[in-house]
Amino acid sequence: MKQNLPRETLLEMYRRMRRIRLFEDLAEEIHRNGEVPGTCHTSQGQEGEIVGACMALRIDDYMVGNHRSHGHPIGKGAKLDGLMAELMARKTGVCGGKGGSMHLADFSVGSLGETSIVGSGIPVAAGAALGAKMKGLDRVSLCFFGDGASNEGTFHEGINMAANWKLPVIFLCENNGYAISTPISTTAQVENIADRAVGYGIPGVVVDGQDVLAVFEVVREAVHRARAGQGPTLVEAKTYRYLDHAANLGRNLAYRTDEEVAEWRAKRDPIALFDERITGEMGIKPAELRQIDDEVKAEVDAALEFARSSPFPDAEEAFTDVYGDRLAVDA
Amino acid sequence: MASRTFLEAIRDAQYEEMKRDDSVFIMGEDVESNMFGTFSGLKEEFGADRVRNTPIAEAGMTGVAVGAAMVGMRPVVDYTMAPFLYPAFDQIISMASKTRYLYGGQGGVPVVLRANMIYGNANAAQHSDRPYSMFMNMPGLNIIVPSNAYEMKGLLKTAIRNNDPVLSFEDVALWSSKSEIPDEEYTIPFGIADIKREGEDVTIFAIGAMVNLALAAAEQLAKEGISCEIIDPRTVAPLDRATILTSARKTGHFVAVDSSFEMCSAASEVCALVAEQAFWDLRGPVKRVCTPNTHIPYSPSMEKQLYPTVEKVIDAVRSVMA
Repeated sequence: MKQNLPRETLLEMYRRMRRIRLFEDLAEEIHRNGEVPGTCHTSQGQEGEIVGACMALRIDDYMVGNHRSHGHPIGKGAKLDGLMAELMARKTGVCGGKGGSMHLADFSVGSLGETSIVGSGIPVAAGAALGAKMKGLDRVSLCFFGDGASNEGTFHEGINMAANWKLPVIFLCENNGYAISTPISTTAQVENIADRAVGYGIPGVVVDGQDVLAVFEVVREAVHRARAGQGPTLVEAKTYRYLDHAANLGRNLAYRTDEEVAEWRAKRDPIALFDERITGEMGIKPAELRQIDDEVKAEVDAALEFARSSPFPDAEEAFTDVYGDRLAVDA
Repeated sequence: MASRTFLEAIRDAQYEEMKRDDSVFIMGEDVESNMFGTFSGLKEEFGADRVRNTPIAEAGMTGVAVGAAMVGMRPVVDYTMAPFLYPAFDQIISMASKTRYLYGGQGGVPVVLRANMIYGNANAAQHSDRPYSMFMNMPGLNIIVPSNAYEMKGLLKTAIRNNDPVLSFEDVALWSSKSEIPDEEYTIPFGIADIKREGEDVTIFAIGAMVNLALAAAEQLAKEGISCEIIDPRTVAPLDRATILTSARKTGHFVAVDSSFEMCSAASEVCALVAEQAFWDLRGPVKRVCTPNTHIPYSPSMEKQLYPTVEKVIDAVRSVMA
């Protein structure tokens, strides 16, 4: 089935992975020089599972993310300008400068928001699926969360409720091995997070998160089940983050070795693996990919330029968007 | 006009709004069995899809309601008792109250979170809280605390139509009390206090079931020639500051009656407001009548003394006017 994917789909997968990589490399760089205030969590190394999952969705499907979620709206097709402007705290950012790096959202591509309290998005994604179902839409909802979130109560409550009501939702655990610095092996006594699906009576699937095509295929199947009214699936993508929990932390937490990181970068990079594979066995010419590299570089540079030339929000905007329709009496 | 109880008013408001808008639905613990009588006939009329039992999973059901609301539904969630909001605290605060703001107004969360407050019935510390003031400290939430069946119906209908999260705190002491309810439809706007009794000498601000205590105190004080003005805020968020200040400036004396614990209570907030902004019109100190800062004990011999009473309100009025 993998081989049957159209060339355009393969090229688009490559393009989106490159977009995420370059966007985040740049985000880390400008965070270091102070242009991105606050904290900045990047996902370099995880682009395979992000893009594989997002491309199995339609643009009108819903998606909920977490604190490490620059890649999710990009994977879903969001424009870079508004995302970069949000990181840089500008008025033209997707959230008008109110959310920042940990709270991106682009409703126009179904991105309902990234939420920085670990695990909090899991029931919300189930709720979006309930809404779609009750409205008679054939949309699905997908929630990205990390291995650490799988130990939160909301994981249990959200998945259980989705299972009871056969909601069209995909729970996608991005298992990058560490909750900040704590290895998942010390906080979960199952081999796979996906094994927990048994407890909810739903399918649990483990997939290589560095293989964008494998993730795409698994999530596509889960989406198919969801749209067909067969309920949720728990997908666990085994992946790895190259950088620290948060960019420019300034401390070495020493929970993993440099060799381990170097090995993943050298042998398990999702973009390099995909490049090799599609140019090798799928007939894509290297020149096509280099052209995409150039286009993506220009796109990311343009987003940075857009953000840099955008104004900061006015101070009084701190007081807007608290309520949608509140009376003036409480001013 | 029809005479309806507080519980019937809750049922009627939900029924009318479900009839009016297909996106309104009920979810919560034991809602299908209509445990308290607030869902009579709803499942029969609107189907199981729109009256759905949840597992006992307060955080999960809140998150599910938030997600459904973000994509266009209007969930009304029943937690039964107010302390059962605590397991859902993160979802109420981090998700329901902040979503509109965090994402720059791209969407809102039109959920109604209903909880009853049962206290004075030997249910001990974990079942007896009146926690609305805890939520007043967080922007993004609306909070209704109705004082009778008429207010309950009108405020709940407004809550269901509101485009932001609304917490509804329903005092069990009022459940069987009746109001005359108009035959024609009505709603009550948020942030508009109701002057339950006009007076000249002292303002008594009272919340929910405390309004009845204040009214009884005012009757007795009238016999002594003290004229009380009683302000029912109806919603503690938004808070009708203008009406409170106007009354305090007029009477020059201010008492706030609130069944919450005194520390950081709604009463504390309005007393601070009056002290800050009406100070030069005051002719005595402001005074709070609340529940003292201890947990609620099981034994009635300890519990009964704790809550505001008519006598405590009368004593407070006398003390500020002394």
